[in-house]
Amino acid sequence: MSTSGNVVAMKKVVQQLRFEANIDRVKVSQAAAELQQFCIQNALQDPLLTGVSSSTNPFRTQKLCSFV
Amino acid sequence: MYPSIHPSIHLSTLTSISSSPVIIYVHLAVQQLQTLCFLANFPLAKMAAQEVQPSETIAKLKSESEALKTKLEEERAKLHDVELHQVAEKVDPLGQFVMKTRRTLKGHGNKVLCMDWCKDKRRIVSSSQDGKVIVWDAFTTNKEHAVTMPCTWVMACAYAPSGCAVACGGLDNKCSVYPLSLDKNENLAAKKKSVAMHTNYLSACSFTNSDMQILTSSGDGTCALWDVESGQLLQSFHGHAADVLCLDLAPSETGNTFVSGGCDKKANVWDMRSGQCIQSFETHESDINSVRYYPSGDAFASGSDDATCRLYDLRADREVAIYSKESIIFGASSVDFSLSGRLLFGGYNDYTINVWDVLKGTRVSILFGHENRVSTLRVSPDGTAFCSGSWDHTLRVRE
Repeated sequence: MSTSGNVVAMKKVVQQLRFEANIDRVKVSQAAAELQQFCIQNALQDPLLTGVSSSTNPFRTQKLCSFV
Repeated sequence: MYPSIHPSIHLSTLTSISSSPVIIYVHLAVQQLQTLCFLANFPLAKMAAQEVQPSETIAKLKSESEALKTKLEEERAKLHDVELHQVAEKVDPLGQFVMKTRRTLKGHGNKVLCMDWCKDKRRIVSSSQDGKVIVWDAFTTNKEHAVTMPCTWVMACAYAPSGCAVACGGLDNKCSVYPLSLDKNENLAAKKKSVAMHTNYLSACSFTNSDMQILTSSGDGTCALWDVESGQLLQSFHGHAADVLCLDLAPSETGNTFVSGGCDKKANVWDMRSGQCIQSFETHESDINSVRYYPSGDAFASGSDDATCRLYDLRADREVAIYSKESIIFGASSVDFSLSGRLLFGGYNDYTINVWDVLKGTRVSILFGHENRVSTLRVSPDGTAFCSGSWDHTLRVRE
C-alpha cells in the first residue's frame, strides 16, 4: 500500500531529524580556535606551505642551472 | 478498544482451495502472530489502526519534520557567535606562492577523470574516459602498469594502502580490484576481482585502512562498504536523494566515519558501523563534486558546481567558511588540503586551480597550465606535492 509506505518513509525522516537536532554542538568560536591551532602547530611540517629545498626535494632534479 | 484484525482468508476456505499443508501452516502462524500483537498491545497493531486515516498521519509527520528542521537551524544559529576569518585575523598572512609544474604525465588517450596517490608518495594511479587505468611512477614519469577496463568513463580509482592493488570502476556500475604484479608482462586483467555491484555508475571508491574493505559511492544514490575477498556487502548507506558523487574517509585517528556529497546538494557524515547518517549539511546551491576531510578530522571541505568551496566544522555542526570570488563562475570539481590544513587546493572547470587560505578565506594563488577542465586533484601523502588530472588528457605534479 503506497500510503503506508509514505508514512514509514516520513517517520524515518522525522526520526533522523530528531537525532540530528539532539547532537552536542560547540560554539563556532571554540571550533574555529581549534582549527586555527591545528594549522599553526603543523605549519612547519607542511612542505607545500614552507617550501622544500632542492636537495631534499624528490621532484626537483639536481642540475646546476635549469630552464623552466 | 482496538478494531479487530481479520485474516485475509478464512481457514475453512483455504483447506477447500488448496491441499498444500504449507499454506495452512503459514496462515495459522500469521493468525497466532496477529493475536499476539493484539493482546500484547504491540505498536504494529496501533499502526494498523492508524492506517485508517493515512493522510492525517502524513500531515502530522510533515508538520513535525518542518518543526524539527526549524529547531535544527535555531540550535545551529545559537552557537554561531563568530566567523572563522574573524578568529584568524591575528594569524600571519601567507606570503606569495610560486608553484611550478614539476612533472607532466602524458599517455591517456582521453579525459583523465580520477587519480590517487600510493602511500609510497611516488606512485600514482589514474583513470580516464577511454577505459584505461594507468599506474605511473611520478618521479620518472614511467608508466608501470596499464589496464583496459571493459567500460568507458572510469570515474573512480583508488590505490590500496599496501600499494599492491588498485580499485576502479565507472559506467560498468562495479568496482573491481586489480592486484598489481611485479612482472610487467603479466596480464593484470586476468586477476581482476569484481567487488562492488551498484545499480548505477560508480562515482568514487576508497579502500579503508586495509586492503580488505572498499567504500563506494554511486549514481544510484547510495554508498556501500564491501569486503574485497568475498565481494560481500557489509553495510549500505541510504539517505541521499540523488546521485552520490564523492566520498572521503575520516583520518584514521578520528574513528569510523566518512563524508559523502551528492547531486541533492547535501553533504552527509556517516557512521560506518551502523550505517546511520550522523550529520547532514545543505548549504551548497548545486551538486557537490568533491569532499575532503580537514587533516585533524574535525572538519571537511566541499567543492561544488555553484563555484564555491565551503568548510564545515563537525563539532559546531555548521558551515564555517565559504571560499568564493565574483570572478570565479565555474564549478569546483575537486578539493584537497595541504598537510597542515592551512591551504585548500581547488580544481575548477575553468581549467585553473585556486589555492585558498583556509583560515582567512582569501585566495593566495591561481595556477594555470591545464588546457581543459581540472577533474581531479590530490595532495601527496607526505604533503610535498600535489597532482591534478584534467580533461586535457594529462596529469601535472606541482609543488
